[in-house]
Amino acid sequence: MPATLCIDELSVSFAHRTGTVEAVDGVSLRIGRAECVGVVGESGSGKTQLFLAVMGLAGNARVRGSVRFEGKELLGATAPAINRVRGSKLTMIFQDPMTSLTPHLRIGTQLAEVLVCHSGLSWAEARDVAGRMLERVRIPEPQRRLGQYPHELSGGMRQRVMLAMSLLCGPALVIADEPTTALDVTIQAQIIELLRAMRGEAGTALALISHDLAVVAGLADRILVMYAGRIVENAVAAELFRQPRHPYTAELLKCVPSLSGPRLARLPTLAGQPPQPGDALQACPFAPRCPRAADRCRTERPLLTGASTSQVACHFPLS
Amino acid sequence: MRGFAGDAIRRLRANPAAVLALGVICTVVVATLLGPWLNPNNTETLDWLHVAARPGLQNAHWFGTDRLGRDLYARTLAGTRVSIAIGLVASILSILVGVSYGAISGYLGGRTDQAMMRIIEILSGLPLIFFVIFLTVIFGRSESLLFISIGAVGWLTMARIVRGQTLSIRQQDYIAAAVASGASSSRIIARHVVPNVIGPVIVYATLTVPQIILFESFLSFLGLGIQEPGASLGTLIAEGVGEMEAAPWMLLVPGSFLAVLLLCLNIFGDGLRDALDVREG
Amino acid sequence: MTRYFFTRLAGAIPTLLIIVTLSFFLMRAAPGGPFDQEQTLPPEIVANLESAYGLDQPVWVQYGRYLKALLHGDFGPSFKYKDFTVTELIGQGFPITLQLGLMAMALALLAGVPLGTFAALHHNSAADYATMSLAVVGIAIPAFVVLPFLGLLFGVYLHWLPVAGWEPGSLRQLALPVLALALPPLAYIARLTRGSMLEVLRSHYIRTAFAKGLPLRTVIVRHALRPALTPVASYLVPAVAAILTGSLVVESIAGLPGIGRYLVQGAVNRDYTLVLGMVIIYSTLLIGMGLIVDLLYAWLDPRVRLAE
Repeated sequence: MPATLCIDELSVSFAHRTGTVEAVDGVSLRIGRAECVGVVGESGSGKTQLFLAVMGLAGNARVRGSVRFEGKELLGATAPAINRVRGSKLTMIFQDPMTSLTPHLRIGTQLAEVLVCHSGLSWAEARDVAGRMLERVRIPEPQRRLGQYPHELSGGMRQRVMLAMSLLCGPALVIADEPTTALDVTIQAQIIELLRAMRGEAGTALALISHDLAVVAGLADRILVMYAGRIVENAVAAELFRQPRHPYTAELLKCVPSLSGPRLARLPTLAGQPPQPGDALQACPFAPRCPRAADRCRTERPLLTGASTSQVACHFPLS
Repeated sequence: MRGFAGDAIRRLRANPAAVLALGVICTVVVATLLGPWLNPNNTETLDWLHVAARPGLQNAHWFGTDRLGRDLYARTLAGTRVSIAIGLVASILSILVGVSYGAISGYLGGRTDQAMMRIIEILSGLPLIFFVIFLTVIFGRSESLLFISIGAVGWLTMARIVRGQTLSIRQQDYIAAAVASGASSSRIIARHVVPNVIGPVIVYATLTVPQIILFESFLSFLGLGIQEPGASLGTLIAEGVGEMEAAPWMLLVPGSFLAVLLLCLNIFGDGLRDALDVREG
Repeated sequence: MTRYFFTRLAGAIPTLLIIVTLSFFLMRAAPGGPFDQEQTLPPEIVANLESAYGLDQPVWVQYGRYLKALLHGDFGPSFKYKDFTVTELIGQGFPITLQLGLMAMALALLAGVPLGTFAALHHNSAADYATMSLAVVGIAIPAFVVLPFLGLLFGVYLHWLPVAGWEPGSLRQLALPVLALALPPLAYIARLTRGSMLEVLRSHYIRTAFAKGLPLRTVIVRHALRPALTPVASYLVPAVAAILTGSLVVESIAGLPGIGRYLVQGAVNRDYTLVLGMVIIYSTLLIGMGLIVDLLYAWLDPRVRLAE
C-alpha cells in the first residue's frame, strides 16, 4: 500500500542577514493511509515549516528534497498541479482561527468556494454541501452560520469551520497545525473529539502538529519528535510514552504534569535553550542540553536509524 | 543618538537614487547662486535684437530669450532661486508653527488636544487653494499674502506627527520624573519633547519643501503669486505655455528645472524617510 | 446600512451650512467692494449699482436673501460678467469640469490599483522598482508641467492629439488633460495599493486561501483586494481635492470652458457671488465624496457596518 505522504530529505532554508537558516534540516518521513501521526517539538523545531513546505506555502524559503503525495511529486510541480491537490485531497488547518478566515466574506462563501473550485459544483449546490458539513462538525444552526461573517463566530466555532473547510472534498490527508493551542481547554477537548470522530470515517490520514504531548497522546497512532529542524525519534505512540529512546523525548515526558504520579515540589523543565536560527549544527543539536552528552555527540551528527516504526537519531539512545 | 544618526547616514548612502538626487539638488542650488557670474545677462534687460531667440551655447543667450528679449538663462536661475528661497523660508515657518501646535496639543492632552486636532481635521479637508482664493478676493493680490498662504502648506502634517510623538513620549517615565520635580510644562516640552521628535520633523520638513515650491509655482502660474516682472518658475512656465508652439524652449527650460527640482527633492525625502525609518503617527 | 448613510448625511448638512455662512460673512467683511477695480466711477453711480445689487442692505438681510435664493438654486448675479447669473455660468461650465474630473478619477483608480497590485506581486523585482520609480515621478511633477510637456510631445511634435480647444463630445480633446490630471493621484494610488497589498498578502487568511488551492487571481480579487483598498478609500477625498485643484490649471492650459477659470477670475475680479458660488459647489463635491467614502468603508469591511 503506497504511503499517502512520502517525504525524502526535505530541507527548508531561509536567507538571513547573518547567513542561511535551516528551518528544516534533512527530514524524511512516511504517512500511511488513514494513519494519524503526531509531530511534536518546541517552537523553532521546524514542525510547522515542514508542513508549510509540503503545502507549497513556504514563501521565500529555499526548499530542497522530495515530497510525494499519493505518488505524485509536489516540489517543483506547476501551480495548477499543486492547486488541484491543495485544498481538496491535501488540506491544512492553521493555528489561529481568529485570523485565518477572510473577514469580509461570509462563511458560506468561504466554504462553498472550495467546492466550486475543486468539485465543479454550482454555488447553490456547494452551499448545501457546506451546510451539511457544518452539521457534521457539530455547529448549531448551520444555515444561519452560512450567512454570517467570521467575526460573528467564537474562536471554537471558527476552528470547526476551518475543519469543515478541510474536509469538504474528502481529503486523503489533513494537516492540523496546533489546532487547539489558541482555544480554551474545554473547547480544545471538543475539537480533539471532532478530530477523533473524523478519523473514523473515510480513511482520512491526519498529521497532528503540536508542542503539547497531551493533545497528541489521545489521537496519534505514531509520534514523531522534532528538534532543531530534524526528526530525533519516531515511534508508535504507546511505545514512545512507555519507553522513550531519545533523551529529548524523555525530558519532554518528564515535563508533562501527571495526575497519577507523585506530587512534585516544582515542575521539571528542560535546562537551556533550543538552538537559535543560524547556530552552526554539525553535531547533535541537543548535545548542549543533554544530560547524557559525550564527545562524540559534539562532533558527529547522529542519523535517524532503526525500523520504520521505531527510529531514533542518537549516539547513545535510552533502552 | 550618535549610533542612530550613523545608522541612518549609512542607510542613506546605500540608496543610490537618494544620493544622486541630493547631488542634483546641490548642483542646482550652487548653479543658482553662481550662475550670474558665468553669464552676466540680466533678468530685466530687453534685448530687442534677440527676441525669442533659440537657445545655443555660442549665443550670448544660452537658454534663449523670451518674447520681450529677456535672457532665459538669467530668468530661469532667478526663478529657481526664488522658489528655493521661498521653499526654505516657508518650510521653516511651517515647522515652527506645526511643531509648536503639535507639541502643545499632544502634551496637554484631553479636551484641548481633541479640540485642536478637530481643527486640523477640518482644515485638512479643504484644499489650500480655496483659502488663497478667499484671501485674494478679500484682500486683493499681494506678495505678503503669498507668503502666509504658502507657509500654511505642510504645518498640518507636521502638527499631526509631532502630536503623535508627543503623546507617546508623554507616557514615558522620565516625563513623570520631570513633572514630579516641579518642572513647568513649557520647560518639559522644550527640553524633553522637542529633541525627541527631531527625526520625523526633519523627514517631513524635507518632504514639505517640494510641496511648498510646488504650491508657490502653482499660484504664480495662475497669476495669484509672484507678479510681473518678478520671475518665478511658475510665471516662466505660464509664459512658456503661451509660446509653446513657436518657442518651445520658453516652456522646456523652466519646466525642466521645476520638474527636476521637485523630483529630486521628493526622491531625497523618501530616501531620508526610509533611512530614518519614520512612519506617520 | 441605510441608517448609517442617513446619519452621515445629517451630519454633512450642518457642515455645508457653516461653510456657506462663514464664506458669506468673510467676503462681506473684506475691505473694498466689487466695483473698486473698475475705472473710478462717480459716487452716485456706485451707490446706484450697490442698491441694484442689494449691497446697501444690512448684512443680515443680505445673508437671509442669499440663503433663500440658494434654496431655489439661484446663486445671484455675477458682478463681473454683467449679463450672466452665477447659476448660468456654473451651469455652462460644470458639466465639462465634472466630466474631466470623473474621467481623471476613474483613470487614477482603474490604472493605479492594478499597477500597485502588480508591483506588490512582483515585490523586489525589476518590475517593482520600475513601477515605483515611475510613481515617484508621477507624484512629484504637477499637472501644469506635465500637460504642456505632453502637449508638446503628442501635439506639436507628433501631431497625434490636439493640444487645446474644446468641441462638445470630443474625446480626443480630453485625452491629454485627463491624463495630466490623473497622473499624480494615479501614482499615489499605485504606491498606496502596493504597500497595502504587501501587508494583506502576509495575512493568515490569505495563507488559508492559498491552502485551499484557489488560483492566484481568485485569491487576489476575492480575498485580498477589498482589505487592501481601505487606504485607497481614505485617500479618495484628498484625491478629489487634488483633482479639483489641478483642474484649475488644466482647464486653463487646454482651453476647456469649465468652471475652474471662474474661481481664479472671480478672485482677481473680486466677484463675490461667483466665488461664493464656486466655493459652495466645490465644498458640496468634497462633502459628497466624503459621504461616498463612508459608504465605501462599510462595504469594504463588514465589521464597520454591524458596529453601527
